Amino acid sequence: MSTVYIARVKEVAARSIGGEMMIMSARDSTLFSLNETATAIWQAADGVTPLAEIVQHGVCAQFDVDPATALRDAEELVERLAQHGILKLSDHPIVEAK
Amino acid sequence: MSALIQEMSDKAQRLGIPLAVQLDLTYRCNERCVHCYLDHNDHGEMTTAEIKELLEQMAEAGVFFLTLSGGEIMMRRDFFEIVEHARRLSFCVKLKTNAVMIHRSEADRIQELALDAVQISVYSHRDEVHDAITKLPGSLKRTIAAVRLLVERGVKVIFANVLMRENFADYPGVQALAAEVGAEFTIDPTITPMMDGDRSIMDLNIERAQLQQVFRDASILGTSPEEFCVPPGGPPAAEDAQKMLPCSASHTFCYVSPYGDVYPCVQFPLPTGNVRASRFLDIWKHSPQMLEVRSITLSDLPVCSSCSHGGGSCTRCPGLAYMEGNMRGPSSQDCEKSFVRTGVETAGMLIRREARSIDGLVQIRNSTAGPRSPQAAKRESLTPWWSAPVFLNQSECQSWAGTEPEEGGGCSPATREASA
Repeated sequence: MSTVYIARVKEVAARSIGGEMMIMSARDSTLFSLNETATAIWQAADGVTPLAEIVQHGVCAQFDVDPATALRDAEELVERLAQHGILKLSDHPIVEAK
Repeated sequence: MSALIQEMSDKAQRLGIPLAVQLDLTYRCNERCVHCYLDHNDHGEMTTAEIKELLEQMAEAGVFFLTLSGGEIMMRRDFFEIVEHARRLSFCVKLKTNAVMIHRSEADRIQELALDAVQISVYSHRDEVHDAITKLPGSLKRTIAAVRLLVERGVKVIFANVLMRENFADYPGVQALAAEVGAEFTIDPTITPMMDGDRSIMDLNIERAQLQQVFRDASILGTSPEEFCVPPGGPPAAEDAQKMLPCSASHTFCYVSPYGDVYPCVQFPLPTGNVRASRFLDIWKHSPQMLEVRSITLSDLPVCSSCSHGGGSCTRCPGLAYMEGNMRGPSSQDCEKSFVRTGVETAGMLIRREARSIDGLVQIRNSTAGPRSPQAAKRESLTPWWSAPVFLNQSECQSWAGTEPEEGGGCSPATREASA
């Protein structure tokens, strides 16, 4: 996979409940619960930091996980979140108008 | 209820997080519904700044599900400013409205806000019936026009059909109308007392036979009537009763009035504090009244803990019990509902019957005192039964606290999902 940038979609509701991120998609009212690792990726999804960098600094640095495995799992995760419309993926930085 | 939502609710309860709040923005309204329990005069609503500050405190406290209601929410000129602020704070927002002030531009803005749902009151599919209840001529036409605008824009709309004697026969028509316009449909078969305790509006409640009809209508139960009306399984074991909580009020849910008063629930008018005087989280965590409500388990209810319905067929609302005079007592409305549902009398009904029989004997012995006043007789006639506002397809009381449609998605190690 080429460089991937990820950004949180504005059209969701989200709240951290005891360290676990709850996300409700407005598109289909699907509720997601992200574990600690996925929450770290979600929170770092600013649209301008490459996913690989997020995994390296936000996941591998905090959690005892093999970098290659972590990146593969993260790519799978962000693809899935994008399919549900709660994360945007791009091969270019995502800068949204305020 | 989806397993994930139940899990989230359990976790919030364990951690003392107010997962869901209903905030009424105003009690003012452009309709004058015959069954409404509110005083529509403005007695000092919170300002825009006060509400924004409250929303920030709620987000910090962990509130996720936020219902904005009234009164008619769009009577506030700052309505969109408030909702936009709520969405910036990532609340999952549901609106309750009569929708008559929603036109194209408002529908566009609501669509942009990516809300969870808009719940709209519809009393009949016939203008003359609906408008007679709202006392606003043309209201049904305006409401349905707004519904169509919202649905066209992909906004989830839920019809809330409150049932009264005068519109009971129309609920299949409202159900069909909901299907036609692409809205979900819920019914509320009960009318509750005014906030000031006045029970005169309870005359509007549907009759027992009508409630029986509702409880045996598979099209609105979401399950088979046989399953829904199964006889009670007996009182729970004592050790289970110590763990069973009456409902989510003060555990994961609370209500805030337009004046900043915080209550355990919309229907539980026990003042616990005011956000103009204290921080929201301080009231939630430390108010003696909130803590008292939170401390009550089924085993603390002297009548209900021994009731055969306590194991599952009871939908006792502690707020309605409180309005009857004892938050640890039975709610006669819910007793009646359990009876109609299963054909088995509740412990509360048996005790009341016994009390009436003793009262009768006392009257015979004191016959020189003369008959009871017409007012007393009227009060008694108004309370044969009344019950909590249960939306049969999506419990209003429990929707945020747990009762939701079935789980829709699969699981992965990193994410779990559920259709809510």
